[in-house]
Amino acid sequence: MDTYSLLREFADSWMLLALFAFFIGVVIWVMRPGSRGAYQDVADIPFRNEDAPARSARRASEEDQTNG
Amino acid sequence: MGNYVKLILLGLIAFFALYAANQARDIAYLVNALTIALVAAGMFIWVLRNTDEDRPVVDLSGEYMDGVVRAGVIATALWGVVGFLVGTFIAFQLAFPSLNFEWAQGYMNFGRLRPLHTSAVIFAFGGNALIATSFYVVQRTCAARLWGGNLAWFVFWGFQLVIVLAATGYLLGATQSKEYAEPEWYVDWWLTIVWVSYLAVFVGTLVKRKEPHIYVANWFYLSFIITVAMLHVVNNLSIPVSIFGSKSVQVFSGVQDAMTQWWYGHNAVGFFLTAGFLAMMYYFVPKQAGRPVFSYKLSIIHFWALIFLYIWAGPHHLHYTALPDWASTLGMVFSIILWMPSWGGMINGLMTLSGAWDKLRTDPVIRMMVISLGFYGMSTFEGPMMSIRAVNSLSHYTDWTIGHVHSGALGWNGMITFGCLYFLVPKLWNRERLYSLSLVSWHFWLATIGIILYAASMWVTGIMEGLMWREVDANGFLVNSFADTVSAKLPMYVVRGLGGVMFLAGALIMCFNLYMTVRRSPAVQTDNSAVPAE
Repeated sequence: MDTYSLLREFADSWMLLALFAFFIGVVIWVMRPGSRGAYQDVADIPFRNEDAPARSARRASEEDQTNG
Repeated sequence: MGNYVKLILLGLIAFFALYAANQARDIAYLVNALTIALVAAGMFIWVLRNTDEDRPVVDLSGEYMDGVVRAGVIATALWGVVGFLVGTFIAFQLAFPSLNFEWAQGYMNFGRLRPLHTSAVIFAFGGNALIATSFYVVQRTCAARLWGGNLAWFVFWGFQLVIVLAATGYLLGATQSKEYAEPEWYVDWWLTIVWVSYLAVFVGTLVKRKEPHIYVANWFYLSFIITVAMLHVVNNLSIPVSIFGSKSVQVFSGVQDAMTQWWYGHNAVGFFLTAGFLAMMYYFVPKQAGRPVFSYKLSIIHFWALIFLYIWAGPHHLHYTALPDWASTLGMVFSIILWMPSWGGMINGLMTLSGAWDKLRTDPVIRMMVISLGFYGMSTFEGPMMSIRAVNSLSHYTDWTIGHVHSGALGWNGMITFGCLYFLVPKLWNRERLYSLSLVSWHFWLATIGIILYAASMWVTGIMEGLMWREVDANGFLVNSFADTVSAKLPMYVVRGLGGVMFLAGALIMCFNLYMTVRRSPAVQTDNSAVPAE
């Protein structure tokens, strides 16, 4: 079998399945229990550290709260 | 020490560019070589004047690197005006061919100016907007200063050099005739260097982030940078005929070359004009609305769906060609599936305003962002529809395609960029507010009516043209000659040109407003402008 046919067969069978499985995996991962709180926190990232970088490696969100 | 290395390098570049100019086989190469020599010599002097000077070492790690973002904002606005001006001019050239002046024949006729227009709006206006906003957003969402020091400035100025080399090359006839990838081999090589540096700055900043999570906007920006690097390199595989000439020969040929070109071309739309600008949406719409994105979960699904689907959609540009049917069917099917994630993203952006819809009445900037999402939704519905083979048999090669591109580019990319510029200028120059909100409203309405005139006239002329081309009489002979369709299109071409004039007028008003914001608006009094998380 020449390279083209081999790759073609692989692409529209196992690779397609793998990519599709990855995508479904992402959807399930996103819907996992307890994700709501985590995503509510990260959705607020644009509202933190607007004027200057966070000063330490601590969680930037905690620092933001103490700086007010 | 570092400066001596720089001086040697710049001197060598200037020397070789001058030698290349002397050996040049064509005028485009000559002018480009002289441009490079001039830039290298200018930088040589600039570096020389700064060598061995005592410079106090300042620790800047406590503040964001916003100078390069400011430069990017200015470049975006200026290149935008240039691109819109050239676009309006070539629209009138199509309506009134005598505007292809005899004295400028071979330099300023439609064929030479068109790539100048497309590259100016997509890469100069859009590209600068993407680079500037990505540098702004990645710093704020990572809570870290840009990585790489002056490398960000290299990216900015290197990209401007790409634009200048490409633009002068087009006018003088250097093109490899690939849609949206017209620049010749040496410009491609230079862009590769600049783009890899851009990737390094962006990833370097992500790596040193203080915020544990990588915000979704950065995912979109990163996919845009990586994919454009890949597309650019593969689509520009070419062998120069001579290193002292601009002409090069493509490595691929025939249908493989066509497929590679449209794999590039459609993903330039998908990752440059969509993923990158969606990144802007995911940061600036929540900021301007003052509320977090409607659904962060949806934004993650949106991202992965877009990544997996867009890359397959290119073959829909090659219906009814030598491309095998299975490939164009694949492209068509994936284009139709793409409708769903596109609208998911649009809904996510629009619903971010839920609970704050009153801002549409009071804030013309948010109105601009919302209409950009409206146009995004419209053109991502229109696109999949046009990719269906039966529809494409009517629409292909007609002005409908041009109308579709412009409702996306002017409506979605243009409007979201204007919204971001209105957001960024007061922030970057530390102003309390914009100079005039009523001028923003003027811009909004001029641009919106301009786009509607453009899109509507192109629908009419495109469908008319498609129907005239396929009309046959009882004996099976074609009824219309090509010239018949051209003369029938004149009224619509004039309307389109007027739409362009309105869009350009809006952009000029924006430039005036932004300039006056920097000049006249009161400065922010306190430096404590933290916005509480809602």
